[in-house]
Amino acid sequence: MGNFGQKVDKFIEIFIAQNGYVRVLEGLKNTLLIAVMGLLIGILIGTLIATVRVIPKYRRLPRILNGFCSFYVGLFRGTPMVVQLLVFYYVLLPLFDIRMTGVQVSIMVFGLNSGAYISEIMRSGIQSVDSGQMEAGRAVGLSFATTMLKIVIPQAVKNILPTLGNEFISLIKETSVVSFVGAADLYVAFSYIGSNSYEFMVPYLVMALIYIVLVLIISTGIKIMERSLGKSDRRN
Amino acid sequence: MIDVINLEKQFGDTKILKGVSVKIEKGDIMVIIGPSGSGKSTFLRCLNCMEDPTRGHIIFKGVDIADMSVDINVHRRHMGMVFQHFNLFNNKTVIQNIMLAPVYVQCQDLRRTKRKNLWIRCTNLFKKQADKRELIPVTATKAQIKENAQENALSLLKQIGLQDKADVYPSTLSGGQKQRVAIVRSLAMNPDVILFDEPTSALDPEMVGEVLDLMRKLAKEGMTMIIVTHEMGFAKEVANKVLFIDDGQILESAPPEEFFGHPKNPRLKEFLSKVLV
Repeated sequence: MGNFGQKVDKFIEIFIAQNGYVRVLEGLKNTLLIAVMGLLIGILIGTLIATVRVIPKYRRLPRILNGFCSFYVGLFRGTPMVVQLLVFYYVLLPLFDIRMTGVQVSIMVFGLNSGAYISEIMRSGIQSVDSGQMEAGRAVGLSFATTMLKIVIPQAVKNILPTLGNEFISLIKETSVVSFVGAADLYVAFSYIGSNSYEFMVPYLVMALIYIVLVLIISTGIKIMERSLGKSDRRN
Repeated sequence: MIDVINLEKQFGDTKILKGVSVKIEKGDIMVIIGPSGSGKSTFLRCLNCMEDPTRGHIIFKGVDIADMSVDINVHRRHMGMVFQHFNLFNNKTVIQNIMLAPVYVQCQDLRRTKRKNLWIRCTNLFKKQADKRELIPVTATKAQIKENAQENALSLLKQIGLQDKADVYPSTLSGGQKQRVAIVRSLAMNPDVILFDEPTSALDPEMVGEVLDLMRKLAKEGMTMIIVTHEMGFAKEVANKVLFIDDGQILESAPPEEFFGHPKNPRLKEFLSKVLV
């Protein structure tokens, strides 16, 4: 342990004197950007898919949509995130001649991927809401979509908030693979510091700490949200 | 007002309703009784297409709403429904529960009118002065709609003595209060008819009275009501027509004095002898 102090000194030197913190902040920004945007896109896609999957299926259009949605969910749950990133970046983009940065591709893939997972979370949430709520909405003359949006989904979200938080946390952690497509996230920043000093112990330790702090902040945020959404359950 | 012609409903292979025909006039208070599993709730739920009828017609104010191509949402606005399990919107306060549908529907109409006006204005640009079409008048702004709905909701709540509960969530109300709010919620749309699906079956005995009182009051005000219930006394007192449904068919339909006094159908006699002890 004698040279741990030296290692820390070296890290601090690169971190501050050689502008390592700029890269770390940049990486932190990208990590958060990818995770947050991915989650937002995921919630949007997931809610849409979940809604499609709970529509009564008497007619042809909902059945076709439902088939498409289960194909989509199967596709994105059936392949690893890294493979999806690589396929998008190195196969689809050149194929269709689209120019996108690594960060943009990552946001897209994370959104599509978490959409598939969130759709199942959301579906269980929607099904956990008493069917009488939908009936009551329809009975006063609101459409299926309006009732879904104003009555069912808000209650569903309240029920699934802890699971949704889980999804966000795992998204944050999974962003550590975006360096595969050249997006500079936290991992890239710290391995840059490490390789500059030929010393990886302290940078990676600090990286782990940053991830933990991020996740702790998020779980506190979710708890606060849960409490504020839970006010319709409380008897006072 | 509602003309049901040969209504049939099937779930898979099981026939629940086997050709029900009945006519409901304005101001009628029709009570439907029958053993459980007889199809009386299904019949009621078919009336506003909560369950899509398999065959048959439901003519509501001249439109066949059993036809899948009509916009059922528009017609449901004129048909209130009260459920056994209240089904108040849990994520809305009491007053929001009452205001939601009226405000939404009127705002939707407002948007539609504005869109149409925009279109008229655009087409008018290419017309001669004489041909120009007039704009559809906009009666109320969004704020006014909300204000009116709130006023209306508060006065409705006042009528049932729950004005101090306006801003609480339904989870804090008792069963009887919930059901009365649910009735008021359907009243807020100014419906032509209200369907009651066993409104008192999920209530504690001491709360049944307050809900029945409110229904009695509505009946006196001339509201058209179709009620599925097990409250025989209430049926006798309020109804002007009682139906007995068993096995998906109407077995007897008569005014209450005759229905309870001189039942003709043997199945009904048996049923009444068990129920009216």
